[in-house]
Amino acid sequence: MIEVKNLHKAFGEVKAVDGVSFTARDGEITGLLGPNGAGKTTTLRMLYTLMRPDAGQVLVDGIDAAVDPVAVRRVLGVLPDARGLYKRLTARENIEYFAQLHGVDTALMHRRREKLADALEMRDILDRRTEGFSQGQRVKTAIARALVHDPKNVILDEPTNGLDVMSTRSMRTFLKAMKAEGRCVLFSSHIMQEVAALCDRIVVIAHGHVVADETPDALRAQTGETNLEDAFVKIIGSEEGLAA
Amino acid sequence: MNAILTVWWKEVRENLRDKRTVMSALIYAPLIGPIMFVVLMNVVINRETAKAEGPLKVPVIGAQYAPNLIDALKQEGLDPQPAMADPEEAVRHRDTDVVLRIPPSYGKAWKKGEPAQVELIYDASQMGTDTPRERLQNMLKSYVSEQGALRLLARGISPAIATPVIVSERDQSTPQSRAGLLFSMLPYFFVIAIYIGGMYLAIDLTAGERERQSLEPLFANPVARWRILLGKLGAIGVFSFISLLLCVIGFSIAGRFMPAEKLGMSFDLGAAFVGQALLLELPLLAVFAVAQTLIAAFAKTYREAQTYLGFLMILPALPTMLMSFMPVKPALWMYAIPLLGQQLGLSQLLRGGSVGMSEIGIALACGFAVALLIGLLTAHVYRSERLAISA
Repeated sequence: MIEVKNLHKAFGEVKAVDGVSFTARDGEITGLLGPNGAGKTTTLRMLYTLMRPDAGQVLVDGIDAAVDPVAVRRVLGVLPDARGLYKRLTARENIEYFAQLHGVDTALMHRRREKLADALEMRDILDRRTEGFSQGQRVKTAIARALVHDPKNVILDEPTNGLDVMSTRSMRTFLKAMKAEGRCVLFSSHIMQEVAALCDRIVVIAHGHVVADETPDALRAQTGETNLEDAFVKIIGSEEGLAA
Repeated sequence: MNAILTVWWKEVRENLRDKRTVMSALIYAPLIGPIMFVVLMNVVINRETAKAEGPLKVPVIGAQYAPNLIDALKQEGLDPQPAMADPEEAVRHRDTDVVLRIPPSYGKAWKKGEPAQVELIYDASQMGTDTPRERLQNMLKSYVSEQGALRLLARGISPAIATPVIVSERDQSTPQSRAGLLFSMLPYFFVIAIYIGGMYLAIDLTAGERERQSLEPLFANPVARWRILLGKLGAIGVFSFISLLLCVIGFSIAGRFMPAEKLGMSFDLGAAFVGQALLLELPLLAVFAVAQTLIAAFAKTYREAQTYLGFLMILPALPTMLMSFMPVKPALWMYAIPLLGQQLGLSQLLRGGSVGMSEIGIALACGFAVALLIGLLTAHVYRSERLAISA
C-alpha cells in the first residue's frame, strides 16, 4: 500500500507538486491521470525516493520514505520515466543486474526471470543485446528488471508510452494479472481510455493539485457526465494536454 | 552478492564489450609511450653514435694551404670534403654541420712562428651539430698542443712549463644515472596511462549513464548511492591499473631493445623497478578515478565530460615540465604532493637510486588522503537529486 500525504515540491519558483494526497491500495490498480506537466512524474519520483519532498509524507507499506528510503525501494518495483537499458548487455543480463542489486539469490532469480519472460512474452529477445531494441522490447525489458525482486508495490510511469496497439493490450493484461496477485499497482498516464479501462481508482492531477480521487463510476456520477472523457474535461477545466 | 561488487562486475563486463574503451584504455594509453620511446631513442642513438664514431665528414676550404694539418686531422678520423662557395649559407641551411676554413695567410704565419688562424663555421642553434663540432675542435686542440710541445722541445724547454695546471674530471654519474636523464619523460607516460586508462570509464559510468537515462532506474534499487559510486570507482580503478601495468611492463621490455650501451648508459627496469613504480603510482589511480568521476558528474553529456577531461590532461604534465625547466633537490615534503612525489620517486629509481620507506609511505598516505577528500566531495554530488535526472 502506498500512502501519499500532502506532498509539496518546488523547482525554484515553479510549484511542480502542490499538496498531493492519495492512497493506492493492495489488490487495486490506481491510475494517476493528468495532462502533460501536471506533476505526475515528480510525484512518482518522490514515491521511489529519487527526490525528497519539500513537505509532506510518503508511506509505502507503512515505511516512511524520508526515514528509510532504502527499505522503501526494497518493497517497490519501479518503471521510471527514464527507461535507459544497458545496451552492451543482453536483456537477460539487464534483468539479472537489478535482481542482484536487490539481493535476490540466483535460483530464485532464474525462476522469476523465466516467469516474467513468459508473462511479458519476451523469450525471443532474452539473449539479445538491448542495443537496437524496439520501444516495446525496451519497455518489456525495463518492466521485467523492475519486477524481478517480486515487489508488493509497483509504480509505472506512463507504461504504455510509445507502445503499439498490440503491446498496449498485452501491457493491460499484465497490469490486471499483477492486480489479481494482490499487488498495489500505481501507474500514471495522460490517456483517459487506458485509465478508464483499467483502474479501480482514478487520481486526477492538474497543476500540482489533486482535483479528483474517485472510482470511475463515482467520477461519472460526480460530474453528471455519462462519458468519462467529458467527465475528465469537466474536472480538469480544459482539454489541454489530454489524449483520448 | 554484495551490491558494490555487483556494480563493479557489471561495469567491468559491460566496458570490456566496448571496443572504443578497450582500444583506448588497454592498448593506446599504455603502449603509446613505450613504442614512441623505442622508436625515437633508436633513431636518436643511432644518429648520435654514427656522428661520434664514424669518419667525420667536414668540407674544408683552403686545404692546400695546410697540408700537414690536414694529414694530421685525417689520422684522427677526418674525412675532408671538397670546398664550397658559401659555407655560411651551407651551415645555416643544414647542408653540413660544420666547415673548416684555412686562410691563404696560414702558411706564412706558421713559418714565422706566429699563431696561424683556422676558422670553424657552424650554427650553434641547429640541433645535433654539437657532436661533430666538438670532435673537430678536439682534433684541432690535440694537433695544437702536440705542435706547441714540439716547438718548446726544439728550444730545449720542457712542455710541462706550458701546462701549469692540469684538470682531471671525475664524473660521478653511472651508466644508469645518465640513462635516467634520457628517461625523464617516462613518469609522464605512466601518469598518462593511468589517466586515459580510466577516463572513458569515468565518463561512461556517470555522464554517459545519465545521458542514456539508465541512472534513474539504477538509483531506484535499494542500494545506497555511495555503494554504487564505490563499485563504479573500482571499475575505473581496474582499467587504469591494467593500463598502468601494461605501460610499466612495456617500458621494462622496451629498455631491452634500447642500444643504450652505445652511449655508455644502462637501463634497469627489472622486477624491482616495476614493483616500486606500481606502488608509488597507486594513490594516483585513486585520485584520478574520483576526480574524473566528480567532473563527469557535473557534465550533462558524454561529450561535455570528454571535453573537460581532455583539457585536464595537461595537469599531470606540469610536474614533469616544471622539473625539466628548474631542477629541484628532492626533499621529503615533496613526496606529499601527488604527481610531484611520483615524478621525484620515479626519476630517483631510474637513476639507479632507491626510494626510502618514509618517502613511499608519505606519498601513499598523502595521495590516498587527497583521494579520500575528493571522494567525499564526489559522494556528496552523487547524493544530489539532479544527478539522476536526465533532462
